[in-house]
Amino acid sequence: MAKSQRKVPALNASSMADISFLLLTFFLLVSNMDVDSGLARRLPPPPQTEDDTSVEVQRRNLLVVLVNAQNETMVQNQQNSEWYANEAELRGAGGKVSLKDKVKEFVLNTSNSNELPELEEVDFGAPIGIVPVTAAHVVSIQNDATTSYKAYIAVQNEVVRAYNELREEGARKYFNTSYSDLTEDQQRQINELYPQRISEAEPKNYGEN
Amino acid sequence: MGKFNKSGAREMPEMNTSSMPDIVFAILFFFMVTTTMRSEEVLVRIKLPTASEVQKLEKKSLVSYINIGAPMDTRLGTGTQMQLNDRFAQVFEIQDYIAQERASMSEADQQLMTVSIKADEDTRMQYITDVKQALRQAYALKISYSARSPEN
Repeated sequence: MAKSQRKVPALNASSMADISFLLLTFFLLVSNMDVDSGLARRLPPPPQTEDDTSVEVQRRNLLVVLVNAQNETMVQNQQNSEWYANEAELRGAGGKVSLKDKVKEFVLNTSNSNELPELEEVDFGAPIGIVPVTAAHVVSIQNDATTSYKAYIAVQNEVVRAYNELREEGARKYFNTSYSDLTEDQQRQINELYPQRISEAEPKNYGEN
Repeated sequence: MGKFNKSGAREMPEMNTSSMPDIVFAILFFFMVTTTMRSEEVLVRIKLPTASEVQKLEKKSLVSYINIGAPMDTRLGTGTQMQLNDRFAQVFEIQDYIAQERASMSEADQQLMTVSIKADEDTRMQYITDVKQALRQAYALKISYSARSPEN
């Protein structure tokens, strides 16, 4: 019996493209590429004891940002206070000093005023070296029970913007480049130079009494 | 001058499409890998507030969501409701929800767990604060206020 060389019939693959296109379209439609984005915050751990709830902060180290029930904002430190009626004024409309600039002035205390947070010499390592920073400053964001979330986020955003600009300026000054181009270690150095010290206090019912 | 004779109609060479399925498959695999099938039905109406300084949340598997807003179904009223895992829930149920989410993660990831608060911009802060306090009690301290950037 001679072995007959039987030919394997070729598989018709012309419909493969159609099938894979079909699958591709399906996954194109169901996939959602949008990544969630938001303002990251770290909450303080729950109080362990009754008297653990409050932390003593010196008056000069405190910048109070208050959002009331009418969604108006007041920002106050020991030096002065400013009042913003709406979101446009927060950004500096109407000749007011914007909230962002108030926060930056407060965090930097370039004038070494004794009504702004005290400056401490801290070593941050090369190339920043030993620079005076306001290590103990706190930005306290307080809100009323009926404040709208939108106004609250707007205020949070402005405060974060102030810190981001400070970090960008720090990166330009010490590394001659943009903050986003720094390595992870360098970014950590800058973050230590300008740490976000934002406190979110529990709300009080200012409107009710 | 036969050299420039155009009478011999040149045939268009046929394109070789045998590699097309390969290319399509490559794209297909990309979408299969990036897609997230877990499509949880949103039961509350959420119009996120805008913020310019938003950061992207890196790993989706580490993020748990809390949706806060008025119910989609208007028969349920217009009061603020909270949605956890496809159903409405009360604030005190957050602790259980967080414990459950945490249990489904590996031990190394548990510290990196982030809770994304997706709240409607008209929500009263009282509700957000209650949620924040509950999260503190549950030791879910990394949170993110979900917001969209203003250009889109």
